[in-house]
Amino acid sequence: MLPGNVGRAMLGPFADQRAVDLLNHEMGTDRPYLVQYGDWISGFLAGDLGLSYAYRAPVSEFLATALLNSLKLSLVAFLMVVPLGILVGVIAALQRDRAIDRVISVVGLSASIVPEFVSGIILILIFGVSLRWFPISATWPTGAGFFTQIYYLILPSVPLVLILFGYIARMTRAGMIEALDAEYTRTAILKGLSYPQVIWRHVLRNALLPTISVIATQTVYLIGGLVVIEILFHYQGIGSLIFTAAQKRDFPMLQAGVMVVGALFVATTLLADLIYAALNPRIRLGSQ
Amino acid sequence: MMTDDNVRAETIRNKKERRNLYRIIGSYTFIIGAAIVLFWVLCAIFGRMLVPFDPFADDMLNSLSPPSTEHWFGTDQLGRDVFSRVIAGARDILTIAPLATLISAVVGTALGLVMGYFGGVVDEVTSRIVDAVLALPTVIVALLALTALGTSIVAVLFVIGFTFAPIIARTVRASVLTERGLDYVSAAKLRRESSLYIMFVEILPNIIPPIVVETTVRLGYAIFTVATLSFIGFGIQPPSPDWGLSISTNYGLIGGGYWWTVVFDSLAIASLVIGVNLMADGIQSVLND
Repeated sequence: MLPGNVGRAMLGPFADQRAVDLLNHEMGTDRPYLVQYGDWISGFLAGDLGLSYAYRAPVSEFLATALLNSLKLSLVAFLMVVPLGILVGVIAALQRDRAIDRVISVVGLSASIVPEFVSGIILILIFGVSLRWFPISATWPTGAGFFTQIYYLILPSVPLVLILFGYIARMTRAGMIEALDAEYTRTAILKGLSYPQVIWRHVLRNALLPTISVIATQTVYLIGGLVVIEILFHYQGIGSLIFTAAQKRDFPMLQAGVMVVGALFVATTLLADLIYAALNPRIRLGSQ
Repeated sequence: MMTDDNVRAETIRNKKERRNLYRIIGSYTFIIGAAIVLFWVLCAIFGRMLVPFDPFADDMLNSLSPPSTEHWFGTDQLGRDVFSRVIAGARDILTIAPLATLISAVVGTALGLVMGYFGGVVDEVTSRIVDAVLALPTVIVALLALTALGTSIVAVLFVIGFTFAPIIARTVRASVLTERGLDYVSAAKLRRESSLYIMFVEILPNIIPPIVVETTVRLGYAIFTVATLSFIGFGIQPPSPDWGLSISTNYGLIGGGYWWTVVFDSLAIASLVIGVNLMADGIQSVLND
C-alpha cells in the first residue's frame, strides 16, 4: 500500500482526469485504503498476489521465474564466496598479527565497500570487453545447458563475492582465534595430536559456528546487491523485477517483490538457526 | 564544584585522548585514507574553478573521442570532457552522503541513548522496530520510499538517514549499557539530575569513540548507497557530472569499446569509499586497544 494517486502516477500529469478516474475505478484503487489493504492481505495469505499494473497479468508468474533466476545467481556467488572466505579467514588467524593478516583485513574491508556496479563495470571491461573470456550479459541463450548457465553467471557473481568475502573471512578469523586460545585446543595439542588434526577436528568445528549466522545475515545485503548486478548484467531476477516495478510504478509487483525479500530474510535466518543447532550439541533442543 | 580528584581524572583523560589522537594521525591506513579523501574534498570545493573544460559544455563534433593530450580522459557521448566531469563530479556525492550520515548519527545517537538508558519496554519496542528496518536491504527500502515519495535529493537524504540511524543506535545502545552501571551515573542520579542531563551531558562524552568509528564506517556506506541510487536513476539527477550517474548514462557503450566514459568514474568512486574506509580502520584500530 503506497500513498499517492495510482491512476495519475501511471498515466502521467497530462492525462485527462476522467481517464485517471476510470483507471482508478477499474483497478479498485479509488476505494478506501483500509478496504484495499484488507483485500490485498487476504489475497496474499491465500497465495494470490494480485495483477501487475504494467503487464495486466498475475504477479506470481513473473515472481516465480525471477526468484528461480536470482536463486541460481546467488547460489553461484555463495559457492564461490563461502569456501574462499573461510580459507582466507583461517589463513589470517594462523598468521595472526603478522603482515599477511593485516593485508587480508584491509583488502577484505576495502572490497566490501566498493559498490557492486563499480567492481562489475571494471570486471566487464577487463574480462568481458578486453580479454573476451566471459560474456558481458548474464542472460544465456534459450535452451542452454547447466554448465553454460554457470559460465554466464560467473562474472556477475564476482562483485557479490567481493562484497561478502571480507565479512566471512573476518568472522572466521575471530572464531578461529577464540578456538585456538581455548583450553580444549591446548589439551588436544598436549595429548600429542598432529597440528593439522587439531586444526581440522577441534578448532575449525568450533570456529565455524558463528560464521554460519553471519552468512545468513549477509543474504539481506546479497539481495540488495542483486538489484544492481541484475540491472548491470541484464538478468531477469528478483532485483531487476523490483527495480522495473519501481520505475513503472507497478505497485502490486513492487509490494510482492519486497514481501518476498522480507520473507527470504526470515527464512534464511531460521535456516541458519536450525543448522547452528544441528552442529552445536550444547543447544540441541527437544532431545535429552 | 570540582574537587582535586576530579581535576586529576580530567587531566588523565585529556592526556589519553591526545595520545590517541597522535596515534590515529600516525597510523598508515589513516594517512593514506585521509589523503585520498582530502583530495576529493578539495575537488568538490574548488574543482569547478580549476578544470580545463566546462563540465557541462557539449561539443558534438568531438563526441566519444579517446583520451588525448587535449582531453586527458577523452570525451563522452555529448563531447563533454570526462576529466573535467570526474573532478567536478565529487561535489554532489560529497554533499549528500555526509549530510545523510549526519542525520543518521544525530537520530541514531539520540535513539540509542534512550534505548540503553531507559531499557525495559522502551528498549523492547524500539529494538523490534530496528530489527524490522534492518531486515530489508537499504537499496530496496530506498526504492520503495523513493517510488512512493518521488525522487528528490531531500528524499534520498532522509531515506539514507533513517535507514542508517538504527545501526548507529544499536552501537550506542550497547555502549550505554556498559556505562549505565558505573559510579558516575549513580552519582548523577543521587544528585537528582534529570534523565536528559545524565544521557547527554554525563554519558554521551564518554561514548564518543565508538560513535566516531561507527559514523565513519556509515559515511563509507552512505557514499556506497548514494552512488548506487544514482546509478539506478533514483539518486542524483542529470545534468550533474556525478560519478554514478555518468556510469549509468554511459555503460551501455562499453560493449563498443568506449571504456574511458566509465572507467575513471568507477575508479573515483572506488578510491573515495576505500579512502573513507581506511580512515575508519585507522581510527578503529587505535581506539579498540
